[in-house]
Amino acid sequence: MVEKIGENGSSVMADAPNQYKSEVKSLSFYYGAFSALKNINMRLHEKQVTALIGPSGCGKSTFLRCFNRMHDLYPGNRYVGEIILHPDNVNILAREVDPIEVRMRVSMVFQKPNPFPKSIYENVAYGLRVRGVKQRALVDEKVEEALRGAALWDEVKDRLNQLAYNLSGGQQQRLCIARALATDPEILLFDEPTSALDPIATASIEELIADLKDKVTILIVTHNMQQAARVSDYTAYMYLGEVIEFDVTDTIFIKPKNKQTEDYITGRFG
Amino acid sequence: MRDDKNLNEIRTIIARHKLWDFVFMIVGILALMIAMLTFMALFSHMLIDGLPRLSWDFFTSFPSRRPGSAGILSAWVGTTLVMLVTAIAAVPMGIGAGIYLEEYASKNLITEIIEINVTNLAGIPSIIYGLLALGLFVHQFGFGQSILSAGLALALLILPVVIVATREAIRAIPLVIREGAYALGATKWQTVSHHLLPYSAAGILTGVIIGLARAIGETAPIITIGALTFIAFLPPSPIKDEFPYISFEWLMAPFTVMPIQMFNWVSRPEEEFQVNAAAAGLVLVVMTLTMNGLAIYLRYRMRKNLKW
Amino acid sequence: MHPPQTVRPSTDAAHSRRLGYSYRRHLGERFIEAILFLMAFISVVITLAIVAMLVSESLVFFEHVSLWDFLTDTQWTPLFDDAHYGILPLVSGTVVSSAVALLVAIPLGTITAIYLSEFAPFAVREIAKPFLELLGGVPTVVYGYFALLFVTPALQKIIPGLPGFSLLSAGLVMGIMIIPYVSSMAEDAMRSVPMHLREGSYAMGATRFQTALRVVMPAAFSGIAAAYILGISRAVGETMVVAIAAGMQPNLTWNPLEPAATITAYIVQVSLGDLPHGSIGYQTIFAAGLTLLLMTLAFNILGHVLRKRYREIY
Repeated sequence: MVEKIGENGSSVMADAPNQYKSEVKSLSFYYGAFSALKNINMRLHEKQVTALIGPSGCGKSTFLRCFNRMHDLYPGNRYVGEIILHPDNVNILAREVDPIEVRMRVSMVFQKPNPFPKSIYENVAYGLRVRGVKQRALVDEKVEEALRGAALWDEVKDRLNQLAYNLSGGQQQRLCIARALATDPEILLFDEPTSALDPIATASIEELIADLKDKVTILIVTHNMQQAARVSDYTAYMYLGEVIEFDVTDTIFIKPKNKQTEDYITGRFG
Repeated sequence: MRDDKNLNEIRTIIARHKLWDFVFMIVGILALMIAMLTFMALFSHMLIDGLPRLSWDFFTSFPSRRPGSAGILSAWVGTTLVMLVTAIAAVPMGIGAGIYLEEYASKNLITEIIEINVTNLAGIPSIIYGLLALGLFVHQFGFGQSILSAGLALALLILPVVIVATREAIRAIPLVIREGAYALGATKWQTVSHHLLPYSAAGILTGVIIGLARAIGETAPIITIGALTFIAFLPPSPIKDEFPYISFEWLMAPFTVMPIQMFNWVSRPEEEFQVNAAAAGLVLVVMTLTMNGLAIYLRYRMRKNLKW
Repeated sequence: MHPPQTVRPSTDAAHSRRLGYSYRRHLGERFIEAILFLMAFISVVITLAIVAMLVSESLVFFEHVSLWDFLTDTQWTPLFDDAHYGILPLVSGTVVSSAVALLVAIPLGTITAIYLSEFAPFAVREIAKPFLELLGGVPTVVYGYFALLFVTPALQKIIPGLPGFSLLSAGLVMGIMIIPYVSSMAEDAMRSVPMHLREGSYAMGATRFQTALRVVMPAAFSGIAAAYILGISRAVGETMVVAIAAGMQPNLTWNPLEPAATITAYIVQVSLGDLPHGSIGYQTIFAAGLTLLLMTLAFNILGHVLRKRYREIY
């Protein structure tokens, strides 16, 4: 069955089950009285990379942070609408849903690498410790698996007990990715993961993302259009809190349907 | 990937962690309450015992062997005069040192030594300042056990407080204001005196008030200098009838201060003296709370009104 | 043809006027700078004066008393006919009272700091912080009064046989007195840990308590250590609370339920009396003071070393 995606991500035909990891339905978000996101409808395809692009202030990071309820940490924020997580069909924005539980299923990598003041091993193991995993052997295994998954294992396997701060910027970011991977998340959120890194580190992270999508659904915010074009399967162009166009990446970048999108892509705007 | 059993396990773990979270929150509030309740207990104890004792007579009588007629006249006059000396000695010196360290000093060894010393002095127990004053001011300089020695001892004690407050207040002024002044051709001192000092005045004042509040309550250094605890007279008045109309005799006079008076009364076994101590303590606490409260309020106002 | 007009240098008079003016201004500036420097340098002079004063009087003291006796004699009775000059009883009094105080102040201060920094809503913080600051501004003699007339009788109900003066009573009140110092420094250290470090922890599904314990506190370690060192210095140097509530009888004991004198209380006791300048009794207070200074200095250096080693690295 072929699925068609319309202007705002709304589906036209019936789709195969489990094709989507997550569906966003009429999502609006308010910082106090300020309307930051306006009626977003979108879908995240399972085990694919979806990119959010748009000019500064368009709400892409705000949107990203809804997926792991980060906004709950600060007072005065309000979600309206739903983000449904499949396969169990739960709306993660519902009040009854515990944000901590959401964060145990949805992991995040931040813009500036933020390793904890601990050893490399303990950084990666942190998520496991928070989940109460105690057996040494199990933790060892997961840490190695995560570090391999983040393409960092070979570089650090001999110094797992050293402080994470001794790593370079690119290595620190890969460490943060390993940390996020160690807990087998269902969705991995990236918030401009390479904007603080040099081009070589950036390239290695992009390569990593391409490899990771076989294991986990990825949603990435980036201000770098070329990165979105390189790395993602689907792209959403956002402006002023709305999703202007959401489509397969090739379509967005080669033949966008919306004039605003085209203006942004070609650099006439933003 | 996420079967029900796994999910339930996770839910239990999360529930347990959230319980710890909640327990700690309660413990935290309790810890805070302990501090508050202690203070309430202390204050109300003194209030109950001491408030009835407060009267015009109390403020205008000298201490006496009969507790009923004892008062704090010599004590609060002594405190006022000592504070005068302390303020005159510590404030200009502290502000000057703060200005130097913030605006003039370059990063060399001497500056670092000075800064280390300021930090060090802040951590030295107050009684050691008393010992210094005893050896230096009382005996070596010959000031004797006088208001001057006490005032100077306390000035040394609060000097670090004034220096740090000045530095922080000046540091808070944005660079652009300095640059604006220099660009118009002002010299360093002109920039400091016309611009930096006025803008940082509130912050400096806050630090000075806190320092003086601290000095009012200090007992140990003053005891060490040898302030007598039973003083039934006032120091000679600074104003005289004949020329030159101002006298400095009071600087060299023996004296007592409020905290010492309270200490003296607390040490007596008779219950009536302890009532006197409560009353004196009440006055002391009101004095220091008012000053500290004023400083906190000033700081609050400054934070809200910051408009460069 | 005339030679092209060149810009003539200003006349000598104008030049020297300009030069003279800036020279004078420059001199004025240098003068002011010198004065300000002297004011700053006073702090160094004060430190030197303290050391010189304590050391010189102590040297005289040590002409009469051997260092060995000073450090090992178990009695301190310098004003008796059979005079003993062992500093141990005073040191034990200081150590025991400080230990009791720190057992109260460090846990309660840390918990308060964590609560205020990581848990408390904004309104609670805005009230609690100034309140704690006010608490720290109450004169120590008032706390001494409180210890003697309120805490001791209360303790005597719980612990039968507790004497009217005890290190326990003084230590407990000292502890409460020190809480604001420890908590405010520790809390400042924790609040300056950047938010994105916390977000990293929350994003992994941790609770506030877990984040506070595992991420914020290690990151703020050097500031928290500094807060503890500050608490220790305050406890060791405290005078009035122990002078009033622990009694002034030197007593070599490690039992907080007994009365004892601290180094500071001894100095007070001697100063209350009449001591001729130059007598051995006079010199004992300087020797005791020197011991106190060395103890405080040791802790300050420890604090400095800890802070350098664990400088915040985010």
